[in-house]
Amino acid sequence: MSSTPTTTTQLREFVTANFYVPAAVVLDDIPSFLDHGILDSTGVLELVTFIEGKFGISVPDHELVPSNFDSLAALSAYVERKRV
Amino acid sequence: MMRACYLLHDLLADTARACPDAIAVTTRSATLRYRELVRRSDALARTLADAGVERGDRVVIFADNGIDAVVAFWATLKANAVAVVVHPQTKPSKLDYLLADSRARALIANPHLPYVESAAHAAHLRIVLVTGTAAWGTAQAAGVAPVRRCIDLDLAAIIYTSGSTGEPKGVMLTHRNMIAAVSSISEYLEVRSDDVILCVLPLAFDYGLYQMIMAVGAGARLVLERSFAFPAETLALVAAERVTGFPGVPTMFATMLAMKSAASFDLTSIRYVTNTAAALPVKHVLALRELFPAAKIFSMYGLTECKRCTYLPPDDLVRKPDSVGIAIPNTELWIVDDEDRRLPPGQVGQLVIRGATVMRGYWDKPEATAKKLRPGPLPGEVVLYTGDLCRLDDEGYLYFVARMDDVIKSRGEKVAPKAVEAAILDIPGVREVAVIGVPDELLGQAVKAFVVVDPEVPLDPATIQRECRARLESFMVPSQIVLRDSLPRSGNGKIQKTELV
Repeated sequence: MSSTPTTTTQLREFVTANFYVPAAVVLDDIPSFLDHGILDSTGVLELVTFIEGKFGISVPDHELVPSNFDSLAALSAYVERKRV
Repeated sequence: MMRACYLLHDLLADTARACPDAIAVTTRSATLRYRELVRRSDALARTLADAGVERGDRVVIFADNGIDAVVAFWATLKANAVAVVVHPQTKPSKLDYLLADSRARALIANPHLPYVESAAHAAHLRIVLVTGTAAWGTAQAAGVAPVRRCIDLDLAAIIYTSGSTGEPKGVMLTHRNMIAAVSSISEYLEVRSDDVILCVLPLAFDYGLYQMIMAVGAGARLVLERSFAFPAETLALVAAERVTGFPGVPTMFATMLAMKSAASFDLTSIRYVTNTAAALPVKHVLALRELFPAAKIFSMYGLTECKRCTYLPPDDLVRKPDSVGIAIPNTELWIVDDEDRRLPPGQVGQLVIRGATVMRGYWDKPEATAKKLRPGPLPGEVVLYTGDLCRLDDEGYLYFVARMDDVIKSRGEKVAPKAVEAAILDIPGVREVAVIGVPDELLGQAVKAFVVVDPEVPLDPATIQRECRARLESFMVPSQIVLRDSLPRSGNGKIQKTELV
């Protein structure tokens, strides 16, 4: 299932507003937040708090993995999947 | 014949001679044997020297925790140069500052990190090597290490402190300093060749760097992780690799203890757990003992300027949970008042450290150095005035009270933020807290607390204040309490109080 623009937009806005995204980086294009120094361990926890609050989902420990959280596309798809 | 270890990389040579085929480093994508580590670092040292890196020159290593960073560190030492490991999340203005301040001659960087291109234009650089490129492959392919020029009084590393106050200062460490530190710490942790040490702490942080050096010193294996961002994955790795040594900081332990599934991982291989950077709340200490039933838990305290001051022997953990312990082996400590008179047990004063781990000074900052390094008992020697307020008990155990810079003067009384923080952490539902002093017309300074609460527990500032009144003398109760979703942290995971207002 493809994610709706709304979810992606909200996530993009949160990441851009709350983390340091270098000017040259297009958030949608990068395959790994960690590689680009956008997220660290504290940042990941902030992101979890945000999506749990915003989208009314709960993130169990075993789903807190890079394949769900390390890029905008992955995150968006994860949130969409969980909201079903 | 006794073999002497004068330079830090003599440890690597000895280990590689004794067990060349043992694995030095494991990452998620690769392993590196001691034989390979020697070969690659020899060749890279040759490349650096051929590019004009000379004795005493600084080499900046801007990289994620990984094999390339490890090779670069040892290569720098073999090139008679000084390693400056920089945190991969360093922002451009600070990276520029570090390159300029250290007058770096060489830069070794990961390609995916931002700002590498602009950093490569820094003024003093003779060579820039980007890992993963063809040039990087060539640089460490083959070559004989340069002639040994250093003695143990020469610098091995400069570690920049994260600058919770003012601009970052480069702590200068000699080979002798670092060998003294690794020997002392390895002794009380009893690090062995069959240990498997986890390192999720950045190598730019002395606590992370020394995990790597300790592993090399003992011929142990280092399991190197980039971060603790995905705790469940890291714990799965601990189980899979049968990790025996688990160094962490309070944030990591708080994260693990909040994980519902933490107990489902097999953590039985862990022989010891260490904590430093900030004190563990007592309730976390007790919870960790349940999570790691087979492990010794070491609570430790120190500052980059001398690497480590004290450790609490695990057997004393229950008896003295709020003590930071006793001096590390081959280090001496005492407490002085404002007139530099030694204080008896029970009285609070500045901690002074005497030992072979005490830094050579701050790079290019003679005034800051003179404040910290002052004459010691013997002619010509210096000891470290830590700037930390502590006290000793009758048995010689040390208790940390506050950073001298942090002490809040409110209503004419001295308030240690740590004491207020401990009281607030004791309130059920409080996850994290930071306390600072803010200017106040009436009080001089007012005590202000920033609190992160468990979302499932309804706690408002008024309730927290009421709970504080039940736990603290009235002058210590925060007059201002602010709830936050999280607290600002440095790359090392320490709370950045300078960013709180």
